[in-house]
This record gives sequence, C-alpha cells and structure tokens, in this order.
Amino acid sequence: MSARERILARLSQASASEPQPLPNLEHWQPRVPPAGSAERLALFKELMRSAHAEVHDTDEQTWPELLLDLARQKNVRTLLVGNGTDSVARLQSLDSETLHVMSYQRPAEQWRAALFEQVDAGFTQAKSAIAATGSLVLWPSSQEPRLLSLVPPIHFVLLEAHALHADLREAMRVEQWATQMPTNALVISGPSKTADIQQTLAYGAHGPKELIVLLCHSREVSP
Amino acid sequence: MSTVSRTVAPDFSERSRQAIGDEAQRTGIRGAMDFLQSKRKAQFPDPQELSDLRDLGAAIRRYALANLPELLQQLEARLTANGVQVHWAETPEQANALMLEIAARHQARLMVKGKSMVSEEVELNHAMQAAGIEALETDMGEYIVQLAGEKPSHIIMPAIHKTKQQIATLFTEKLPGVSYNDNVDVLIQIGREVLRKKFAAADIGLSGVNFAVAETGTLYLVENEGNGRMCTTVPRVHVAITGIEKVVAKLEHVALLNSLLPRSATGQAVETYQNFINGPRKPGELDGPEEVHLILLDNGRTQAYADPQLRATLQCIRCGACMNHCPVYARIGGHAYGTTYPGPIGAILSPHLLGFGAAYPLVTASTLCGACADVCPVRIPIPDLLIRLRNEAQANPQAARKALRDSGAKHHLLLTLVWRIWALLYGRPRFYRWFSWCASRFGALAPRHQGAWTHTRAPLIPAPRRLRDLLPQQNRLD
Amino acid sequence: MNDHKQREYPAKPADVYLFGTCLVDQFVPAAGLDAIRLLEREGIRVHFPMQQACCGQPAYTSGFPEEARAVALRQFDLFPQPWPIVVLSGSCAGMMRQHYPTLFAHDAPRLSQAQALAERIFEFTEFLVQVVGFSRPDRAGPTTVALHTSCSARREMDVHVTGHTLLGALEHVQVVKHGHEEECCGFGGLFSLRHPDISGAIANDKVQEIRKAGAQHVVSADCGCLLNILGRATGPEASSSAGEASLTGEHIASFLWHRTAEVNV
Repeated sequence: MSARERILARLSQASASEPQPLPNLEHWQPRVPPAGSAERLALFKELMRSAHAEVHDTDEQTWPELLLDLARQKNVRTLLVGNGTDSVARLQSLDSETLHVMSYQRPAEQWRAALFEQVDAGFTQAKSAIAATGSLVLWPSSQEPRLLSLVPPIHFVLLEAHALHADLREAMRVEQWATQMPTNALVISGPSKTADIQQTLAYGAHGPKELIVLLCHSREVSP
Repeated sequence: MSTVSRTVAPDFSERSRQAIGDEAQRTGIRGAMDFLQSKRKAQFPDPQELSDLRDLGAAIRRYALANLPELLQQLEARLTANGVQVHWAETPEQANALMLEIAARHQARLMVKGKSMVSEEVELNHAMQAAGIEALETDMGEYIVQLAGEKPSHIIMPAIHKTKQQIATLFTEKLPGVSYNDNVDVLIQIGREVLRKKFAAADIGLSGVNFAVAETGTLYLVENEGNGRMCTTVPRVHVAITGIEKVVAKLEHVALLNSLLPRSATGQAVETYQNFINGPRKPGELDGPEEVHLILLDNGRTQAYADPQLRATLQCIRCGACMNHCPVYARIGGHAYGTTYPGPIGAILSPHLLGFGAAYPLVTASTLCGACADVCPVRIPIPDLLIRLRNEAQANPQAARKALRDSGAKHHLLLTLVWRIWALLYGRPRFYRWFSWCASRFGALAPRHQGAWTHTRAPLIPAPRRLRDLLPQQNRLD
Repeated sequence: MNDHKQREYPAKPADVYLFGTCLVDQFVPAAGLDAIRLLEREGIRVHFPMQQACCGQPAYTSGFPEEARAVALRQFDLFPQPWPIVVLSGSCAGMMRQHYPTLFAHDAPRLSQAQALAERIFEFTEFLVQVVGFSRPDRAGPTTVALHTSCSARREMDVHVTGHTLLGALEHVQVVKHGHEEECCGFGGLFSLRHPDISGAIANDKVQEIRKAGAQHVVSADCGCLLNILGRATGPEASSSAGEASLTGEHIASFLWHRTAEVNV
C-alpha cells in the first residue's frame, strides 16, 4: 500500500462524525454601502489609502498623461508594461528619452537579472476591486504576466471605477471564479509590507514599495 | 526515532523557568501580546457579527473534516487536472524524501522558502542542508530567526522575541558590509536587497498552504511581504507542503475564512496578498513555475481525526489568536514549549505529532482559563480537549483503548492512588467530615512549606472551625 | 464576548440550597456565614446539606473523570427539593452547570439527573443580581477596591458583570479597573502546583496590576483565585520588596455583608 492509500484508509476507517450540512453563506452579508453608490467608492478609496496605497481619480482619455506625470514625479526611468493590449499600446506611444516604456514579451528566465535590477515600475490593469477590504483583483495572463505586479518597486494599476464588488465572495460569484480562474489569481490590498521587527510597520518588504491606483471613471460621472 | 523528537528538550519546567527569568524578553512578549490583542479587538467591533462569522467558520471547517477523505481525493483530482503533481507523506521523513527527490531531479542548489509551519514541523531545512542544498527562509521574521540560528517563537510572528537592536547587531555580524543601524525601515531594506538576489537565483520555491480548495484545485496563500509570491512565481519549480486537514470544499469558503484569519491573527482587515495558485505555467505564459508540486502530510493528523472529540483540533486555521491571548504563553514565550507549534494550539496538536512522551508537559501547562477558546475563530473547544488529553495520557495503560500514541504514557500508580483516595474521602461524606475536621483542628500545625504552593505563595492554613461547624442550627440540613 | 444562551431566571424563591464549596468550608468559613446572612436578610431560607463535600472539579480537570464522577454522584442526592442551588464559587458552579452533563454524557439516567441539577445551579453574585434583585444601602466609609472575576465565572457562567453590578451599587466604594483585569490569576487548581513558576509569575503580575491601580483590597467571588492572589501578595518573594503596600482581600459575600449590615460587624 502507498502512503496515499494508508492515509485515506485511516481517514475512512475513522468513526463518522455527525453529518455536517454544507454551510450556507447566503445569509452572510458584508457591511458595505450599496452597489454603484458614491459611499461604496469612497470606502474603497479610504481603505486603500489607509493601507498606504495612492488612489488617483482619472478618466479614459487622460489616465496615460496622469501616469506619465506620476512616473516623472517618482523618477521612474523604466516602466515595464505587458503586451498586446490597448492600454499597453497607449503607454508605448509615450516612450521617450526620459521614460523608457518596456514591454514584457520574453519568458522571465531569459532576462531575470534585468527584470530584478533595471525596472523602476510596472503597469497592470485590475480586473475588478473589492470594497469591503479595499482590494484589487488581478488575473495575470500571457499579456500581463505575474511578475509585473510583483518585482518592480512601483506598481501602477488601472482600475475601472464601476468594477467594484462588495466583497471577495461576491467577486468570486459574479466573475465565476470557480469555473474560469487563471493560473494565478491575485487579490492585492496595498504595497508590500511587514511588521516582523518589533511590530513596527515597514513598507516595501519584498514586493512593490508603492502601489498607485489610477481609478478610471467613465466620462459622465467623472468628478 | 523521528528527526522531530530530537528538538524536544527534556525539561519544559526548566525552559519555562529560564524564560520567566528573562525580564527583557517577557516585557517584549507582553508588549506584543497586548498590541495584538487590542488590534484584534478593534477588528471585531460588533460581537454579533463576530459570533455569526465564527459559527460559519466553524461550520466550514467541520464540513471539510466530516468529508475529508472524499475532499482530499477531489482535491487531488482537480490539482492533477490543473497540472499540479500531488504527493502524500505519512511522516516527516517521507515528506523530506519527496522534497529531496524533486530537488535532485532539478539539480537544485538553492531553495527559497515562504513561511511554512509544516516545513518547520518536518525540519525540512535540516534535511536540505544535509543534502547540500541551501534552504533559505525569506519571510523577514523567519529570515532573522534563521540567521540567528534559532527557531520561530510564534507561528505568525516568528521573531517576536527579538528587539530591533538585537536584529541590527545580528545583521552587522552575519551580513558582510552591513554596519549597525537599528532603524526598522533600514533593517527591512537590507533584508530586501539580500533576498531579492536569492529569489532571482533560486532553483526551487517552497511554500505552505493556507487552504487547499477541493472544488477548483486551488492552493490559497496569504501574506503581506510578497516573498510568498516570489517563492511561488520566480523559481522554475514550486513545491507546496501542507497538512491533510487544510482542505476546504468550496472556493467561496476561502472568502469567508479569510474574513476571520487576518483579523484574528494580527488584527488587520486583510493581508496584502491573497494568492490563488491553480497550476504551473501554461503554454504562452511568460512566467510562473514550470512545475508545481503539493505534498500532503499526515504526521499524526489521522490519529486526531480518528477520535470524534479530538478531531476538532484539525479545525485550526493557524491564526495564532489562542497564543496571543494565553496567560501562560505571555509568560514563557514560544521557545519554552520546545515544539513547532507552541501555545494552546500546540498543546492540543503536539500529542498527535510527537506522542505524550514529548508533549505531555504542554497538556498540563494551562490554567484552563478559556481565553483561547473565547477567541478561536473556528470555535475549537481547547480547554475541553486539554482535559481529554490529560485523561488519555494518565489512563491505565492496561485499560486504555490505545487510541492515541503513548496513551497511558503518563500513568503513575502513585498519582492514580492519590486520586482514588481523594475520591474516597470526598465521595464518602463521613470520611470527608472526619478528614476536614482533622484538617481544621490541627490546621495550626499545617506545615509552613507546602511543596510547590509555598514556592511562590504564603502557606495555606485551614480555618480553626469549618463552615459546617459554625452553621446556625436552622441552616443545617442533615 | 460570550455565546451562551441568555438564561431565564426564576422569581425570588422562599428557600435555597447553599453549596458552600470545599475551599469555603475549610479555609474561609466566614464567607459562607456572610452569604447566609445576606440571603436570609432578603427573606430567603438557606439550607446547607451537611453531606456536601466537593463538586469533583479537581479530579475532572486533572484528567481523572472516574474519580470526578464518583465524587460528583454523591452530590446528586443532596438537593431533593426543587429549590435553586446557590454556589459560592464561579468555578464550582461552572463545573456543576457546564461539566456535569459532559461527565455523565454516556450514562443516560444520570445524564438527565445531571441536566436537571445543572438547571438549578446559580453562582452567588448571579443569584443576588438576577434572582434576588439585591439592593441595599452602603453603610460603611469610603474605600477603594479591585474586583477579580474568575475565568470560570466569566466564561462558563457568563457572570462577569454581576460582581461589578453589586460593587458598583455601593455608594462609597470606588472600584478601580486594573490592567489585564480579564486575565487569569494563574491559579488553575492543580496547575498552581504542577507549574509553580508559571503560576507564580502570572499571580505576581495580577498582584502588581491591582496595586498599580491603587487598590489595597481585592474582592472576588472565587476562593481559589483569592487564596492564590493573597497567598502571592504575602508570599516569600513579597516580603523582600519592602515598602510595598499590603494587599488584603475577601470573598464578595463578606464584603457585601460588611458594607450593608445595619450594625457594622
């Protein structure tokens, strides 16, 4: 018998416990303002900011310029972007002497040292966001690889303001995670941090030191 | 003998005595406990919400355990379909052998590790080093502890026993070119720079698992630092190791449990990173490991599972709230326990991992005050389980059902006799009245030294007349 | 935070049983006498079954359920009338109310007896507040005290507030909140003997916190905790720290009686 068979046999031989019903989560409601309300958006922003992230309001037309401004302020010289998306195309058109916009096109192991040492910032889109905890949902893909949101010291994220779920469970249900998750799904709630030394909070432990959210409002409701 | 039992030093009492004598460490631990307690409290302002959440959390874990063999097989099937290689290990030795096999196949020299208590449990670092493979801890707290040649003293905050000054000195001594600076930001940046080079160079990344989802074949990991994502994304091979009890049935169960885990653990609303891993790199993807493995470890968990009452031990989601609220842990810290899992959860889990021979002192090291059960997010009745384990350990080995490893190992004829006599005295009114009468009449003769009691306290002296001797006639009911 | 079902309380009865507990019987009989005086002044007849001994808790928590059952069983027959049973300690009350049903879980006839008994168990301060509606004027001078509530009272009996209710109603008594007030005193029954260093360290912190809060007197409804805290306050290491204010203490029954008796005794 293999270890697997012995373990499963021991578990199966154990006396059955009282039958347990599948827990019903229907009645569990997160305490957040209603969908679409200004309050829900405000809660999201407040929580993100309290987790040390920056949130900037912007719109479909102007976000690339805003990103350019912010990148300049933060002395970003190399911005790493994905490949093949419209957003990437718009950012690549901003490539200049002072800001090098670099596309993630080769497998990471072929340029690992450069990825770790030469990139100042990364850019990704968020699939959606979560109000209850102030979190971003990212579904990395071949167009937006996983390390884009991890290795560069600054992470710019473009988020559509309407894609704001109440909580993680709602995001899972609405977006049907159970049947179509990518290789790696991520929920990100701020820049990398640690409190491992004397419970003192420090940012930029291993991941990005700064998380900058570009909150994109559609024109009509743009503040 | 397993490699694990080596780490259990012989005398719990001696270690706790030393810990109590270390004023600086006690003050530090106390400060940390107070901090974590108040942060947790602030996360749950509404007692009704907390109570409802704990009910759901407990129900989710109980459901998973009630269906554990089926869910493990479903998990295995889904993971396999997702391209993850699943391995089973009954013992720490088997787990390490599996790990070494994977490492050998990839000719690995460097393994970067995310936080994993199960890897501590099997002493993976030891096994790797013995095979000439560097196993490097990358969680800041774990890294510090490893650099100091120590072990974690808390399952969530491994370096809780160290001050920033001690860490600054440690860095100066161990890291070339680093000069003393006890600014926490500077210390963290030093760690970041050292470890980034290692992430980029590592052959294998190791991680634990917070929950494994049977429905989707997902490995769910939470963390704040990003080292967990590094370990599971950068190296060509990712190996996750976890106990067989960490499975949950549904993906959405993870969402509910994680509204308890970080709030109970560190008093934060949510961790920085929730990482859902569903398999290795797919064709066309540009990063992520080419191989993902999961090692499912038993190591005594099936023993706890076999008993309907002790099974509740496996509901644990490893938040550490029980130790953060334990008066004993606050006095002696994690190292004095001498086991991978300290505190109340360590006391109820370790007997299954190590047997009573090594773990019995932990079972007795509780006042049964119940603070642990009060804060447990999945409602494990820890004091009841401790009483049960005390009973199992001391049962007559002839009569014991031998349900547990080393059942009856702490059976002492003399102690059993003492309790027999006690039951005789207190169970027979005439005997009790005679005995207590003697105690009060000769109370003045009570010894000034009453063993362990007077070690730290004034002697107990019975009153010259008992209540029953002083009662007015109308209150006596013969 | 406690999740026990809200308990329904009976009207004030004419008769009660008193379960004195072995510690009160042997070490602090005055607390028993004062409890009887308090209850009788409220017009309640108090009956003390002379056959009573111990609730069985020490054996139960030490892992000797057989011996605990033997002793617990002897207490079953002592309360034949349907009167409430008032217990002078939260931990003994917790044993009888919460753990007797567990102890006899596999013994159907005795289980129903145990459950019926458990329903009639009331911790002393709980009984005074919830059943008696105790309210007497404070007749003594100003004083400052700390209250220690046992963990069993807090967690098993859900009566951590009744002690504060009783003391809070006394006009001239200032009850100070001490640091880590909800934390265990380190007694834990036989834990105090098996792990004297840890127990002593916890008790020491408790004594320090009470003193730091400015109280020289500690009141508790549990004799075990009280013996532990006062034993530590006057123990071998206490004498070495000269200049420390002395710490005295008494059972809440005695404290209440002394404060509210018409002729101060």
